[in-house]
Amino acid sequence: MLRFVFTRLTLIIPTFIGITLLTFLLVHAVPGDPLEILAGERGITAARHAQLLHDYGLDRPLYLQYLVYMGHVLRGDLGLSLITHAPIIDEFKQLFPATVELSLSAMLFAVLLGLPAGIVAAVKRNSVFDHGVMGVSLTGYSMPIFWWGLLLIILFSNTLGWTPVSGRIAVEYDIEPVTGFLLIDSALSGDEGAFRSALSHLILPMIALGTIPLAVIARMTRSSMLEVLGEDYIRTARAKGLSPFFVVGVHALRNALIPVITVIGLYVGSLFAGAILTETIFSWPGVGHWLVEGINRRDYPVLQGGVLLIGSVIMVVNLSVDLLYGLINPRIRHRR
Amino acid sequence: MAAQNEPLILETSAAPPTPLREFWSYFSDNPGAVAGLVVLSVIVLLAIFADVISPHSPIATHDDAFLKPPFWEEGGTLTYPLGTDAIGRDMLSRIIHGTRYSLLIGSIVVLISLTLGIVIGLTAGFFQGVVGILIMRLMDVILTIPGLLLAIVIVAILGPGLTNAMISVAVVYLPYFVRITRAAVIGELAKDYVTASRVNGASTPRLMFMTVLPNCLAPLIVQATLSFSAGIIDAAALGFLGLGAQPPTPEWGTMLADSREFVLRAWWVVTLPGLAILITVLAGNLMGDVLRDALDPRLKR
Repeated sequence: MLRFVFTRLTLIIPTFIGITLLTFLLVHAVPGDPLEILAGERGITAARHAQLLHDYGLDRPLYLQYLVYMGHVLRGDLGLSLITHAPIIDEFKQLFPATVELSLSAMLFAVLLGLPAGIVAAVKRNSVFDHGVMGVSLTGYSMPIFWWGLLLIILFSNTLGWTPVSGRIAVEYDIEPVTGFLLIDSALSGDEGAFRSALSHLILPMIALGTIPLAVIARMTRSSMLEVLGEDYIRTARAKGLSPFFVVGVHALRNALIPVITVIGLYVGSLFAGAILTETIFSWPGVGHWLVEGINRRDYPVLQGGVLLIGSVIMVVNLSVDLLYGLINPRIRHRR
Repeated sequence: MAAQNEPLILETSAAPPTPLREFWSYFSDNPGAVAGLVVLSVIVLLAIFADVISPHSPIATHDDAFLKPPFWEEGGTLTYPLGTDAIGRDMLSRIIHGTRYSLLIGSIVVLISLTLGIVIGLTAGFFQGVVGILIMRLMDVILTIPGLLLAIVIVAILGPGLTNAMISVAVVYLPYFVRITRAAVIGELAKDYVTASRVNGASTPRLMFMTVLPNCLAPLIVQATLSFSAGIIDAAALGFLGLGAQPPTPEWGTMLADSREFVLRAWWVVTLPGLAILITVLAGNLMGDVLRDALDPRLKR
């Protein structure tokens, strides 16, 4: 097991170097002189330009610049935003909990609906319910979520007036950040109105972001269950007189869940991509919204730092999924 | 019971069914796939005859008709059957012309990533030393960054626009084609026919493209179909973020971005382009699913 952990850990080092190379090259490949972007419309004299070039180390060879960049990254220094002049790592830390809250709720929504739907569809194979689940799932899988989010706003915010259009919580509530998750923090504050406001702000983005994972999980659970239900040990379990509920819920589900869990783990990366769109539609103050703003304002350090941080988070999540999978499935662990 | 009454019919044809015929019989058995094929054919026809079918020019503005609703709503007219957008352009004409962009985007994305993916994947499969490892590590890096985020980064470097959006989406899908090709190549390389061909004196390029590649095509076709749909969605998402096709191009994602601010006033300017994306992608995915079942022998009935 230790060896398995060790090989997996060493495998992420080249990936991390690759990501830093990509983000480093990102800023260097952008057309235009970074100093002129920095100076803005005021312009800059040639002497000052040369001085700044030297100050920022931009006159050194590229590989040296990369090593310097790498040194900064390893010390947690990702530079300053060109617009707000705040450290990028601080901005990220401040916004990241909002994205995690949204992504976790979306995943919870997807699992809580997708698992039962997939199980029932598999058990009642070829029934109307099965065809319904598969149809809805294929539609959900093909859904452009930026449009789906707008549809939800038209229906629930505009026509029915049930939920707010954007943001995380109504402006009148000022909640002490404890966990960074507004839903939990507002519940801890004991203010029922605040909690209700946070919840109503969360629901639509959660559904918009959770729809594709929901479709994937329902399909995956169904096909995985169908495979397992055909196994000999299920026939044995039925033959020895166990109740159908017990056979499906315990014997079959436990084995059917392994591929489903992997898919859920691997879906984290796509959740972040979806969060960029969802946060833009609902003005959700998370890192996705921040990145899109950064692009629109040509704030390249934000883009560079944001991509590096999100890439690293996903790398760590994938590693954890890998290790967890090795833990529950010895066959993976011992394969070389 | 019914089977007993029917006369037993023996297969009379001497030759086994060709793979194409077998595939077609499987395909036509599946109503979802046929529906997908019909819808895609209609979309292709709309794209070809867009200029003839459209009642108006997709970019002409009409000063007398801003945000006109579709004809069945109060205030709508049959002159603009699906209404007009905020600067008086006919929605129906824009959506019909949008088919051209979506089909173009899907095809070009697949063409780029399929071609590059095959070449790089074959290289990684045939040269499994340092070259192969480097290639696969690079692909791992690309896979670590969420697809849309990577596409955004690439567009940020290259500059917004339809061409750059297609290139960036193609790069995002590249690792899948590389991995599939490499895995298939490694599987095939161990087989006797490759050794026989090598002994016969076939050069490495010949081995790569003429001997091994044709036997690796099935999974690539499936991936190409699924990437066609996914490419349309991702390019539309870039358009929606203002990084893809630029106005006044009647690309569906860009149309959605243009009309976002009217979401609470005019439902049709938002609903219709998205519906067009959904229908196109759904049709593609319906066909992709069936192709996967038909071409993947492990799942064959």
